[in-house]
Amino acid sequence: MTSHSPMERAPWVLKVENLGKVFGPMDSDVLAETGPEIGTSKSSRTGTVVAAWDVNFEVAAGEALGVIGESGSGKSTVMRAIAGDHEASHGAVWLRTRKGDVVNVAAIPDSARRALRVDELAVVYQDAAEGLDLGVTAGGNVADRLTAAGWRNFAEIRHRAAHLLGRTEVPLERMDDIVRQFSGGMRQRVQLAKALANNPPIVLFDEPTTGLDASVAAGVLDLIRDLLTELGIAAVVVSHDFSVIEMLTTRCIVMHHGRVVEEGLTDQLLEDPLHPYSQRLVAAART
Amino acid sequence: MTLTHDSTTSQQSRLEQLCPPTPRAGLIDDFAQREIRRAILTAIAIPGYQVPFGSREMPVARGWGSGGLQITLALAQSHDVIKVIDQGDDEGVNAVNLRRLICETTGATETSEPAEATLIQSRHRIPEDELRQDQILILQVPVPEPLRGVERDMRELARMHAEADYSKMWVSLYEDKVRNGVITRTTGYPCLVNGRYVIATTPIPRWDVPRLHQAPFLTLFGAGREKRIYAVPPRTDVEPLTFTDVPFEVESTPGARCHRCRSEDSFLVEIPGPQSQWICSDTDWCRRERLSKEAQI
Ligand SMILES: Nc1ncnc2c1ncn2[C@@H]1O[C@H](COP(=O)(O)OP(=O)(O)OP(=O)(O)O)[C@@H](O)[C@H]1O
Ligand SMILES: [Mg+2]
Ligand SMILES: [Zn+2]
Repeated sequence: MTSHSPMERAPWVLKVENLGKVFGPMDSDVLAETGPEIGTSKSSRTGTVVAAWDVNFEVAAGEALGVIGESGSGKSTVMRAIAGDHEASHGAVWLRTRKGDVVNVAAIPDSARRALRVDELAVVYQDAAEGLDLGVTAGGNVADRLTAAGWRNFAEIRHRAAHLLGRTEVPLERMDDIVRQFSGGMRQRVQLAKALANNPPIVLFDEPTTGLDASVAAGVLDLIRDLLTELGIAAVVVSHDFSVIEMLTTRCIVMHHGRVVEEGLTDQLLEDPLHPYSQRLVAAART
Repeated sequence: MTLTHDSTTSQQSRLEQLCPPTPRAGLIDDFAQREIRRAILTAIAIPGYQVPFGSREMPVARGWGSGGLQITLALAQSHDVIKVIDQGDDEGVNAVNLRRLICETTGATETSEPAEATLIQSRHRIPEDELRQDQILILQVPVPEPLRGVERDMRELARMHAEADYSKMWVSLYEDKVRNGVITRTTGYPCLVNGRYVIATTPIPRWDVPRLHQAPFLTLFGAGREKRIYAVPPRTDVEPLTFTDVPFEVESTPGARCHRCRSEDSFLVEIPGPQSQWICSDTDWCRRERLSKEAQI
């Protein structure tokens, strides 16, 4: 793994340590049978997929880290292991809560993890159906997170939901419409409002604009960038698209067949990629 | 300890005291009775928690009070006095049939007077009279799951209850209020029991919901088709889910009075007809109210 020089940084709020996720039987040889040098993340002997292995990074408040790589390289796997959508096979996901406690998200019960998802860690998915209840109104989707955090005053819930939807540029007259009737770009804005409902210090984005029309995507990206700066969130942005990573992140890691092949400052990495795979990715993005 | 003949006999008689071999005409055997009683004890120990039980075939269709009936049959003994009401009425066909069945199989006596009853089985109502701590109210429940309307997946439902994750219920109340300006849910209003589990107060109207809160009596809910028993023990908090700025309101029709007893402060139902007429839903209460008003004249 090649690496740019480390910079002095604020203390981390999210720290991923030797994170690994394997689908299928694991034995001592599977790791040597997979990875960038072998050219696959799937062991031809056992059929085991090493979807991610040996992933390490830290993210501080106000900082956004990018995870880039081609399809199947393990980006979403890393994100889902952090979010607790699926269990990590190996390693730790440390999270510093607002109270200052440090917890390993990978080693706590599901119920505790779900509690963290209420106001410590939120996720914005590529597919809005994963992050939203499409049969509920835009306001109701935000209300879901607020009531989960204990909000019980109707007027306050309504006010907060209106404020958040306003901030994510969902027209207020659509607040009481069912999300299923919304366009893709609008759904992502509702998802953002919902994710931000309880001011979580950490937000994960998995391909937040993939599948949207270019002009719609640009608007959503602008919004995400503004929100990240404004709210001082620690963010992880997963994308196969360098323009998204370039726009939103200051540092990034490059994944290839389940391993991290390069990490560094995003602009340096784009200008001067060191690993041959990164060079290919950047070259492809520039054409 | 060696068991002498004597101690065996005394054990036997103690067993009979605890669980007398009452004739039950094949409706519910000793095994079923014990299982249902255990489920009831569990339900009392964990207020609001829906306890699964092996619901039996009853000579009434499931969904027609078979859950309530099984609870009553598991509890009733020959010295009990039974009141059965359907929609507040002791004389409804269902109420009459259930009452006859219970008394025939258990040897209990029947009554319509709430004050005399030891066990009150009901669909739709809590009697208007104040019940006492030595009485048990048994409600027949068609749909025991309060979250059914917001979640269908059984495992997810179990998880939501286990983690007291009721945000979907709150969202449905939020949406109800947004759409209709008020919370429109009528029967089966969701309530938080003992600060922990949300229950469906089906089938009673909102009118009766506040009467469960810190009630002196034990309430048992039986759902035969869904095979669940849950309980509100005496002196237990029952809070209707509502927003702090949206007061929980019971049904009321301004100006309405009972056509028969002139009462304004009982739960009234409208009788179909050309002009709007209201009567007490609790027919026995209405009858006594009439008698006492006549006596005053
Ligand atoms: N549930 C699963 N069972 C088996 N293999 C899986 C499972 N989920 C993911 N994988 C495999 O893990 C690898 C990494 O998948 P992942 O979804 O993380 O890729 P990605 O980088 O997010 O790709 P994309 O850009 O297409 O979203 C792939 O080979 C994928 O097939
Ligand atoms: Mg992905
Ligand atoms: Zn009356």
